[in-house]
Amino acid sequence: MALQQSQQQKPSAAEAKTANTSIPNAARNPSNDEPNKKRNATRREVLPAGIVGTEGMNTVEREIPADEPPALKVNSSLAVIGRSTPRLDGRLKVTGKARYTADVRLPGMLFAQVVTSRYPHARIRSIDTSLAERAPGVRAVYVLDRVLGNAELRDKSKELPAKFPIVRFAGQPIAAVAATTQAEADDAARLFKVEYEPLPFVVDEDEARKKDAPLVFPGAADQGGTAGGGGGPQGVTQEGNVRGPVKSGPRGRPAGDINRGFAEAEVTVEGEFRTQVQTHSALETHGVVADWKEDGLTVYASTQGTSSVRDEFAAIFKLKKSQVRVVTEFMGGGFGAKFGAGNVGVIAAQLSKKAGAPVRLMLTRKDEHLSVGNRPSSIQKLRVGAKRDGTLTAIHLFSYGTAGTGTGAGAGGPAQNMYKCPNILTEEADVFTHAGPAAAFRAPGHPQGCFALEQTIDELAEKLGIDPVALRDRIDESPARREERRLGAERIGWSRRRRAGSDTGPVKRGLGVAQSIWYRFVNMDSACEVRVTQDGSVEILSGVQDIGGGIRTVLAQVVAEELGLKASDITVRIGDTAYPAGPASGGSVTTGSITPAARNAAFKVKQQFLEEVASALGTMPEYLKLGGGQVAVFDRNPNWSDGDRQGRSYKAAPIKSLSFRQAASRLKTEQIAARASRSDDYEKSRATYGGVQFAEVAVDTETGVIKVERVVAVHDCGRPMNPLTVESQINGGVLQGISYALYEDRILDRNTGLMVNPNLEQYKIVGSRETPRIEAILIEEYTGRSSTDAGGIGEPATIPTAAAVANAVYNATGVRVREMPMTPARVLAALQSARGKGGVRS
Amino acid sequence: MTEGIRQKAHIEFRLNDEAVEVAFAPHKTLLEVLREDLNLTGTKHGCELGECGTCTVLVDGRAVLSCLVLGLDVEGREVTTVEGMAEEGRLHPLQDTFADLGAAQCGYCTPGFLLVAKELLEANPQPSREEIKEALAGNLCRCTGYIKIYEAVELAAARMRGEEARPAKEIIYGYE
Repeated sequence: MALQQSQQQKPSAAEAKTANTSIPNAARNPSNDEPNKKRNATRREVLPAGIVGTEGMNTVEREIPADEPPALKVNSSLAVIGRSTPRLDGRLKVTGKARYTADVRLPGMLFAQVVTSRYPHARIRSIDTSLAERAPGVRAVYVLDRVLGNAELRDKSKELPAKFPIVRFAGQPIAAVAATTQAEADDAARLFKVEYEPLPFVVDEDEARKKDAPLVFPGAADQGGTAGGGGGPQGVTQEGNVRGPVKSGPRGRPAGDINRGFAEAEVTVEGEFRTQVQTHSALETHGVVADWKEDGLTVYASTQGTSSVRDEFAAIFKLKKSQVRVVTEFMGGGFGAKFGAGNVGVIAAQLSKKAGAPVRLMLTRKDEHLSVGNRPSSIQKLRVGAKRDGTLTAIHLFSYGTAGTGTGAGAGGPAQNMYKCPNILTEEADVFTHAGPAAAFRAPGHPQGCFALEQTIDELAEKLGIDPVALRDRIDESPARREERRLGAERIGWSRRRRAGSDTGPVKRGLGVAQSIWYRFVNMDSACEVRVTQDGSVEILSGVQDIGGGIRTVLAQVVAEELGLKASDITVRIGDTAYPAGPASGGSVTTGSITPAARNAAFKVKQQFLEEVASALGTMPEYLKLGGGQVAVFDRNPNWSDGDRQGRSYKAAPIKSLSFRQAASRLKTEQIAARASRSDDYEKSRATYGGVQFAEVAVDTETGVIKVERVVAVHDCGRPMNPLTVESQINGGVLQGISYALYEDRILDRNTGLMVNPNLEQYKIVGSRETPRIEAILIEEYTGRSSTDAGGIGEPATIPTAAAVANAVYNATGVRVREMPMTPARVLAALQSARGKGGVRS
Repeated sequence: MTEGIRQKAHIEFRLNDEAVEVAFAPHKTLLEVLREDLNLTGTKHGCELGECGTCTVLVDGRAVLSCLVLGLDVEGREVTTVEGMAEEGRLHPLQDTFADLGAAQCGYCTPGFLLVAKELLEANPQPSREEIKEALAGNLCRCTGYIKIYEAVELAAARMRGEEARPAKEIIYGYE
């Protein structure tokens, strides 16, 4: 749940939470008893700090837990970490042997199908399951008594009691069936007789804001606690379908006084921007295999958080957490939508319980679009005031957005946090509509927020006659982004950028830039165990799951670095709640949270290993050195390169060397193991990630088609652990951003309330043909915050892309497209409207 | 539900270079027959509407969407799935390069891409980047951003032609 909050809350609020749960040593009660004092023993350590290759590169001294390993050097001095390392599970993935949830086949396993609502708003009068129950192969039916994911009325008495959950969106699950084959389950699902009382509905956020609009909830509603899915703040005032606005700013509250800020402004720019609803559309749909037994529940789940799934199952079925085991060997993408048990998990477990057999439920592509999450829409009015030299004086954002039956459509993050400005106010309102609830989606609120903010900054630059990169150099305090702008501008050839609309032919080209901001979150529920066995084999175990980002490989790298081995020497066992607690993977927390635990555990086991081996060899642990798969034995401490404690200069000489395996055979017992949990970050002040992207586009002004030809994406993620997989994340983030900018759109028919494109043909995702040249550049930034100093990259990589494309479109055509997706129709309309004003040359 | 529908069809065909016989409910797609009746789960469900390419297999060397083909249609034909790409225990060069270059991220779409790429390289041993993009246009990937998939296809093609080739390196500031 901690993760869900860190994903969904305003960054500053999440930071406040982190601060609450991680009290620095100095602040602890001085009357701590002895054992606590011992646990809190610390030492001073000097760690690398700054951006490699820049003048700012230096070191920083931190107070760190005494039992943590010495500072890790910068990547160029390391053997395994920071080196491109192919995924350990690559072979399994290319041979079809990697086992995903749908590939799990348990003895006697049944297959389930869900019955969903045809209406966007209805009361259910009756459900007749008798025909379905008698259908061939059917072993169990289940009627939902509660729907997870939707917001819920604060005061239940505001609504007439209902026997079945009120239907609030088309596609809402109502019932389900399990049968011996999928075909039988599919057939039986059609035999449920559901009698509806259809009610008035509204699926359009503009209509839903009107006074007489049909109400989604007849009173104030909050989104309840489903892991990972829950959206905005609780207890917000609500009028009709409009919840909020919530006033905020940097660090969770408005800053300064925007009226004064705008009065001081010498230049003001403002605009209205609209972004669409995007669905996650992972290639693998949501799904589980639930196996209910007397002594507990085992669930194979396609999830981003094995622990979040376990916790929600335990809560709903009133089981001890130890009675629920969740396994995720491989999963086919989540992007924020796959946390918790959810309706899918609860349905499968209920059916399994009833049938006394394991049940598999994989959602259809249609249900995936309708019911398991999306990125909320936004309608943003943004106004920015500045002095002639570019100094910002005021930022005011007013936004509406719909998260359907959920909450959390805010888009204020970038406006609140990206630029230095004394007066900032964001007002964010949710508009309930009769549409499937939103879920966290790769940097919640940020791609939409950047679409508005970064276009507005671009406009401001033009109005001030300052280059957009130069303007950002003035108003952006992030050293990472400053360096990223420099590198990116050089790479894409920013100096060849021309005045907007310079091309005279029908196809116009242009360059645009936009920036990203994301926040360092740490999930403290991050633990690992590292084992070394007498045969020299090494294992690392953790509940953390690899959702494709590559943490499996990174964990092996961390252990290998510490033990002087290769990543491929390490066996990684993850994705199972039977192992030490692992963080859920969302909010770009995985690598930054789990790798320090892995290194600390490897360091501990290494110490025991060296002690036992030294003792067997009749030497001292300090005289041994691990590296290259060998244990070298020296005649004195090889780490004292300059001299011993008395200042005598000497050089340690190797006496002999044995392989890691030979050394392991000298262990006293079959296996040694060490476990470590995440300790607090060494430095807990606010930390953010940057990212700057440059896009080059060609706009065909006759057809309205935008072609993104090239993107240069410059990013930071603390210490890059595996550049190969980081680069993939950046490529993927950029493409998801292009897809969002140009193609993806969940279209609801306002007359029927149904989604008209619940597939992957009319819901268009960027494909191979539309993929531009992408150059990912990574900077190496150290902040001395943990024993690995690693960070995250998943979300920052997708945040600025749509805005960079939009700015490039403006530079190409001289016309701003303020609505996404930037389809040919919208581009032509914008060009037409500008022509009317004499704005476009052709 | 009549008895006729519940009767099983029985066919023989060649699967990954071996003769197989299989009985299955006649309405089943090739995808379902492969996964459920032959226990080859490397071929994945994505949309079941022929839109995402995830379930691609080769039938007589041509890439088809196994969710749109009836199992009955492959009687007497030659089917290749991802499980059949390796020969004599050695991975196909495409499998090597996909694994080594990080072309498989979450890995769910990977089997489909591999088989389409195999079909491409058999017809065109030296495809341009544009030809690769065109050939892969029916397959969706939500994670990698396609770039590493192109690089893997190019490297495998070069190796299959017997050329020395190296993949492009990542750009990292500080030690490029």
